[in-house]
Amino acid sequence: MHLLYSIFVDPFVQMGAAPDLLAQTLWEGLVSGILYSLIALGFVLIFKASGVFNFAQGIMVVFSALTLVGLNEHGVPAYLALAITLVVMLALAFAVERVILRPLVNQPEIILFMATFGLTYFLIGVGELIFGGDPKVMISDQLRLPSGSYRIPMAGGFVQMQKIDIAATVIASLMVAALAILFNRTRIGRALRAVADSHRAALSVGISLEQIWVIVWFAAGVVALATGIMWGARSNVSFALEIIALKALPVLILGGFTSIPGAIIGGIIIGVGEKMGEFYWGPLFGSGIESWLAYVIALVFLLFRPQGLFGERIIERL
Amino acid sequence: MSAQPRIAEGAGAIGAPERALGGTILAVEGVSLAFGGVTALSDVSFDVREHEIRAIIGPNGAGKSSMLNVMNGFYQPQRGVIRFGGREFHGMKPYEAARMGIGRTFQNIALFRGMTVLDNVMTGRSLKMRRNFFLQALRLGPAMREEIEHRRAVEEVIDFLEIQHIRRTPVGRLPYGLQKRVELARALAMEPTLLLLDEPMAGMNLEEKEDMCRFVLEVNDHFGTTIVLIEHDMGVVMDISDRVVVLDYGRKIADGTPDEVRGDQAVIDAYLGVAH
Repeated sequence: MHLLYSIFVDPFVQMGAAPDLLAQTLWEGLVSGILYSLIALGFVLIFKASGVFNFAQGIMVVFSALTLVGLNEHGVPAYLALAITLVVMLALAFAVERVILRPLVNQPEIILFMATFGLTYFLIGVGELIFGGDPKVMISDQLRLPSGSYRIPMAGGFVQMQKIDIAATVIASLMVAALAILFNRTRIGRALRAVADSHRAALSVGISLEQIWVIVWFAAGVVALATGIMWGARSNVSFALEIIALKALPVLILGGFTSIPGAIIGGIIIGVGEKMGEFYWGPLFGSGIESWLAYVIALVFLLFRPQGLFGERIIERL
Repeated sequence: MSAQPRIAEGAGAIGAPERALGGTILAVEGVSLAFGGVTALSDVSFDVREHEIRAIIGPNGAGKSSMLNVMNGFYQPQRGVIRFGGREFHGMKPYEAARMGIGRTFQNIALFRGMTVLDNVMTGRSLKMRRNFFLQALRLGPAMREEIEHRRAVEEVIDFLEIQHIRRTPVGRLPYGLQKRVELARALAMEPTLLLLDEPMAGMNLEEKEDMCRFVLEVNDHFGTTIVLIEHDMGVVMDISDRVVVLDYGRKIADGTPDEVRGDQAVIDAYLGVAH
């Protein structure tokens, strides 16, 4: 009886009793959700255009952030470093296309997936070689990212909002809008979807796979850089960040692997679900549920909607 | 139907108006292709004349599809050249072939299954769209006009192939015969000068076959498109093609009008087998 009460009644009583805490928890959930969304977005981009689950997306986040910080440490001004990092990500996109994707055209997807594993460890190796393995501090001040926070009074308490989090939210929204427009309204978008569906057919109508792949990998690189900056500004830049790639998995299961809005909403559901779960139900399990709750949510979703919230339903004719 | 060839002032087969064939637009010269130790094509040469319907036939494994794949750049031959559009190629990229006006369909349909018929056919226009994608993204005037223009061209093709009623249907849901037709529509939307059809009638019932035959002839007649097709149905081949190349084990064993090919001993042997 007591257990049922503490699961189904008590948390809601607490929420009602302290709305400011509830709002704070929701906000924090939203912010981490948006960061998850950004990572998931990188996956969706590449998955949509090439049917490859890019395991290396996580390390691309770390690698781009490290490049940015590393350049700045060597005396390159912040904005120039940012521009150079973009060039590095473009070069990476070209290299991935040339060295990994092109020789593996028409191979089964699992082979490409394994190749992204290889890419992951390669980037870890190169990253450590150049920048060392120590965590670095994101150059938030030099990039003029806002710091400090707003306090919004509410129901006898207050909600504290970090300015950097607000900035992350805004930048993520802009990025998503730009990508949605790119995918839905331009010939490049149509070509991207075509390549995702059939390589042969895309080639036969004159779409250049090489060009499309470079575009998506570069776009994923830009998304990775944005994620790296935002995430790095909240904690710091280290290879440990790489495992956030795994957090993107439940987001993708929730949102569908091919849907940009799905990645966003999935990310927010996971982020909010985690923080709420941790804060209100966590004590029941002796805390620490934040690390696994996302997977449980995804598992439940898989039972009812295997294609995700917005995934394309595959209809096979038999 | 008459089996007479429709070359130049030929007797004129039923349903096919007389029209003159132009000069050579594509020539395959001494092409050899091998995958490791397996020879797919050896020293094959033939030409394709403007406005004609050219068939490639042969028993299974004769190298017909490989030949088509060489012609639009899917495979790079080890030896030999392809002449097309005043240029000489030892092997081209598929998108270069598309850019120069070579369209194609596939033996086992290659469509964009998640997209609607309309979007599928629109992809055939991708090479013709020139506007900057920033303009497209923002739906600005010139880009918008361009999109409308291309939509009109696409609707024409859709009307032509009588698939208006399924324009908004995702192609994955369509029956096989219609998917083949959508594939043809996508290739036509490219406004190709040369159209390669890999077994356009394979797996179809009689009615679908007749429809497809009619479309192939109409495309050839109406747009003047040169067509190279692979087909197993001999009746179809003899009816609609102007000239036929016969391949067997990767070699050319005969080349000529349907009548010439039909009477050729090497062809009869290849199809019926010969006692050694």
